[in-house]
Amino acid sequence: MAALCRRFTGFHFLLVLVSLSISSLVFGDWIGDDEGEQFTEELLLKPLPDRKVLAHFHFQSTAHPSPDSGHHHHLFPKAIAQLIWNRAPCDAVGHFMVQKFQIRDLELSFTQGRWNYENWGGSDPISSTNAKPPGVELWATFNVPVVEIDTTWKNLTHALSGLFCSSINFLESSTSYTTPSFVFGLNVSNIRYGALPREAVCTENLTPWLKLLPCRDKAGLATLLDRPSIYKGYYHSQKLRLTSTKLSGIILEQTLTIVLQPNIQRNSAHSLLDGAIQPSWSISSMFKRNLTGSCVLARTSRILVELEKNIVSKLEELGHGGSWSNSLLDLSPNPFRVIKEVNPFPEESNSILFEYVNSKEYEPLDVGIKWKLPFVWSSPHAPFHASRFLMGSGTERGSIAISLQSTKSDEYFRSKSNECRMQAVVFQVVPWYVKVYYHTLQIFIDQKLQNLSDVIEKIRVTPSEDKKLPGTLELVLGYPCTVQSVALTLDFDKGFLHIHEYPPDANQGFDIPSALVTFPNLHSSRIYIGDDSSVHSPLLLKFQEKNVVLSYTEVLLVPFTTPDFSMPYNVITFTCTVLALYFGSLLNVLRRRIGEEERLMRSKDANKRGLIPSIVSKITSKLRGMPGSKPLLIFAVVLSVLFHYIVN
Amino acid sequence: MAGIRGYWTLAAAAIAFRILLLFCLPKDFHLGSHPEITTPLTSLRRRTSPVACSWRKVTGSSRRPCRPTQVSPFPRVPTGERAELVRCIMAPLCYCQFSGPLVLKDLKGDLLISTADFITATLIRATGKKLMLSRYKHLQILNLSKLVETSGFVDSGDFAALMYLWNPMTIVICIGSSTSPIDNLMVVMAIYGACSRIPPLAAFGWVFAVHLSLYPVILIVPIILLLGYGLDAPPSKSFLLKNSYARKNSTLAKIQVNSGTSSQTDKAINHFSWIPVLHFALWVSVWLGYVLFLSSISLKGIGSITEMFRKTYGFILTVEDLSPNIGLLWYFFAEVFDFFRNFFLIVFHVNILFVILPLAIRLKHRPCFLAFVYIAISSMLKSYPSLADSTLYLSLVTLFSNELADMQFSFFLFCGYIAVSLFSPVMHNLWIWRGTGNANFYYATGLAYACLQTILVVESVGSMLKHDRLLRKTVEAEH
Repeated sequence: MAALCRRFTGFHFLLVLVSLSISSLVFGDWIGDDEGEQFTEELLLKPLPDRKVLAHFHFQSTAHPSPDSGHHHHLFPKAIAQLIWNRAPCDAVGHFMVQKFQIRDLELSFTQGRWNYENWGGSDPISSTNAKPPGVELWATFNVPVVEIDTTWKNLTHALSGLFCSSINFLESSTSYTTPSFVFGLNVSNIRYGALPREAVCTENLTPWLKLLPCRDKAGLATLLDRPSIYKGYYHSQKLRLTSTKLSGIILEQTLTIVLQPNIQRNSAHSLLDGAIQPSWSISSMFKRNLTGSCVLARTSRILVELEKNIVSKLEELGHGGSWSNSLLDLSPNPFRVIKEVNPFPEESNSILFEYVNSKEYEPLDVGIKWKLPFVWSSPHAPFHASRFLMGSGTERGSIAISLQSTKSDEYFRSKSNECRMQAVVFQVVPWYVKVYYHTLQIFIDQKLQNLSDVIEKIRVTPSEDKKLPGTLELVLGYPCTVQSVALTLDFDKGFLHIHEYPPDANQGFDIPSALVTFPNLHSSRIYIGDDSSVHSPLLLKFQEKNVVLSYTEVLLVPFTTPDFSMPYNVITFTCTVLALYFGSLLNVLRRRIGEEERLMRSKDANKRGLIPSIVSKITSKLRGMPGSKPLLIFAVVLSVLFHYIVN
Repeated sequence: MAGIRGYWTLAAAAIAFRILLLFCLPKDFHLGSHPEITTPLTSLRRRTSPVACSWRKVTGSSRRPCRPTQVSPFPRVPTGERAELVRCIMAPLCYCQFSGPLVLKDLKGDLLISTADFITATLIRATGKKLMLSRYKHLQILNLSKLVETSGFVDSGDFAALMYLWNPMTIVICIGSSTSPIDNLMVVMAIYGACSRIPPLAAFGWVFAVHLSLYPVILIVPIILLLGYGLDAPPSKSFLLKNSYARKNSTLAKIQVNSGTSSQTDKAINHFSWIPVLHFALWVSVWLGYVLFLSSISLKGIGSITEMFRKTYGFILTVEDLSPNIGLLWYFFAEVFDFFRNFFLIVFHVNILFVILPLAIRLKHRPCFLAFVYIAISSMLKSYPSLADSTLYLSLVTLFSNELADMQFSFFLFCGYIAVSLFSPVMHNLWIWRGTGNANFYYATGLAYACLQTILVVESVGSMLKHDRLLRKTVEAEH
């Protein structure tokens, strides 16, 4: 009977297995469907003017809302889904868990290095969405009542720091995050923004980020992410953008933007021109890996190579418009398709995208460009280049200056008449220990001091509060487009902290997070010729979004005065000594009655001897009186010494 | 008893000198940023910042923020400014509002402070005159006018006033755009009001002094004693002695004594009179109501009174700002372990409170001197001290130059004050600007300064008590 039972269970097990495999086959087809969850992977490669190459990975996962959301997902990372629909053990914790992270929008970026706005572009979609300040930047908007936002934010920072092995939880304290009101374009109060400029970014942050991908880095484009070669680059920014709506579900965009320096391949024929010619590169030479096949779970997997419009205009001059193999350069495998940008100014040339489909074949796809002639071009700039610096010396006070220098990018001014007005929004968060005096705000336009009310269209200041709030400055500047330079200065005093509040290397100074300068009138959107392929490419859809041109300034390093860290005990003892001196001597003076003292002295003179001398004299006289007392005394002393030794 | 000749010329010269300095000094001469001159509470610059973001606070707290959610578009600021000025007309002493960003730029604020200095000096002089008259009267009653003639009798009122006006520290503070001269003015006003038995004035000075810097709250003891007992006098014991001797003499010699003497000595023994004290209490409540009313007007729509107390008195009592000053507490609380912070906060403040009662008992016959001792103690132990506090008590101590004539260590103290006021900026510069020194050197000057103040307080109290004993002895010796 028992054996029969066992056979039955074995049979049942087999049945279950078979049915499971059938269902998985069925679902396998369903996975790629529009209704369910989707995953796409794309890589954009772009030569940069300063002999570097930009590689921009774009992974996108979407999950439509379903009753299973948060419980079970096919492709979508469950950890992320639970950030939004946390229906986990709600019975135990109750209703609160359901509402825990009602995130509407979230963006988290880990960046190392500074985006070079002058050489790598300032007004194209990549720079306006993927150029991030050094360190960690996090902002999120929530769908919860205003009173609960702060607690939700705190929980979120802890969840994210656990998820990405980083110290995002430092953003939990109210001194490190702020509520911008109009900088992000959304006039909402449920947004929170925080930045950690000193956070070091490394592989330990990349690995959990890769774990969110369905194929991890085992297959598909992510296999290219060879750690030594990507961390050798000049700029490295991994970003996670989460949007959730009731209708379309969650969209998770994971992007990794790297700027790499390709190895210069010595070419004997062009040895003379080696210095001037752009280095030729290919995927395998840059990433030290071969790309074989795509992630099977990805709906699309493609590689795009972008040539900027300044290269294209040169090509047009040379007489070959959109060709990929010409006298200037060679694109090595033939592209699958050419996508052209549509520009509002017809007389200008447009950028071109060459598309490669990363098919499932087993032959490596090694996209690369070979330059044949020396060629110099420049990237599209934002109309103003923003930078920030410190003024003053010493560690008592100083000034922060933000300057906007016109880049004279003719593209913008040509389109506008003379009366045009430029708008720039400056957003600056300053930690509380940098005590900014907002009344000292001065604005110089072309080196001339301006009346504040003429230049400022809107301002919002939240002064810092010691150990509670960081200072936030948001202001909208309006000035004519023809202006050459705009500069803001703000004076500040440096605060003094408790010794425990200093970071480990206190003498290095403190970092002030990057300021953000946005130009709300300018958008970095690109329109591509109505090709149905663009509809399927989330990356190109992203490029077509109306993103405001923005730039982050440098992180400021402010040196601070430090106390002597080795002194606590000395300071406590010295101060207490002085206090005791004061208290004791004052009470002594008050207590003293000289008349009585004199009387006492007189009576003492009568007695002559004090208490102790009289006792001593009595004892000695008695001892003298007793004959055998000396040996007795010595014996007692020896006994006591012996006893002491035995006890110890 | 001749006053210092040409007092008014010297006083006018002091004011003229200030104004001259105000005009002559270059604008980038940052006197106001020295920790010896301004503290977080008295720095005009720090007070201006909250005004600019349309938040004002009657007492100076450290940079009070606007509400985080409050949007303050710039055009609103000028209207706020006007409202401030209107309120300043309502309350001429709501000076801190006066220092709006526009007013600050020109000299008005500085002129106001020079005027405050002048009024303070005049009040000190008047107090000194009153003290001297009462001393003369009392000594005459005790038949000790000889003592007055033998020891050179200086006009301490003139002396103290000039000491205040010509003290280099006062001058530096006046041109360093610090608001502490006004705090000092309020304290002196309270003392003068109590000396001349004008309860409204005393109450006004006391309430505003407390409102501005909290520590003068302990001055209520000498003020009540002054109002109750009258001005400083030799201890009542000497009058009693004198009385008994007089009676003995009269019984022994059986002569008809000058009938006036006995009743005069009786009169000289002051009995506590409650009426001025009650008047004072009444006026204190009136002024307190007035101040709270003004504060609530200026806080309308911005915050509550309790929040104001938390941000102002709380800021004073919990030593939140750890920027260096010439006191001891900043370094102590920057270094002490957080666990003990509250304990030591209590210890430091209790150090002020614990000596109030013993001092009041021993010096109750000299309330004016008691006020000086309280001021000196609180300026030593207060959380954000500056040299401005020391200028006040240094000029008050000269009021008692006759009584304290045989005080010890006065030359040492003089040298010590000069040394501290020279070394402190040097050490600060070395630490903060050059980066070659460190915090310990600056803290050491603070320690030395605290020791000097201790010696001054202890010696002056000791010699005052000795002086009283001397008086009694001479009364005894005469009979």
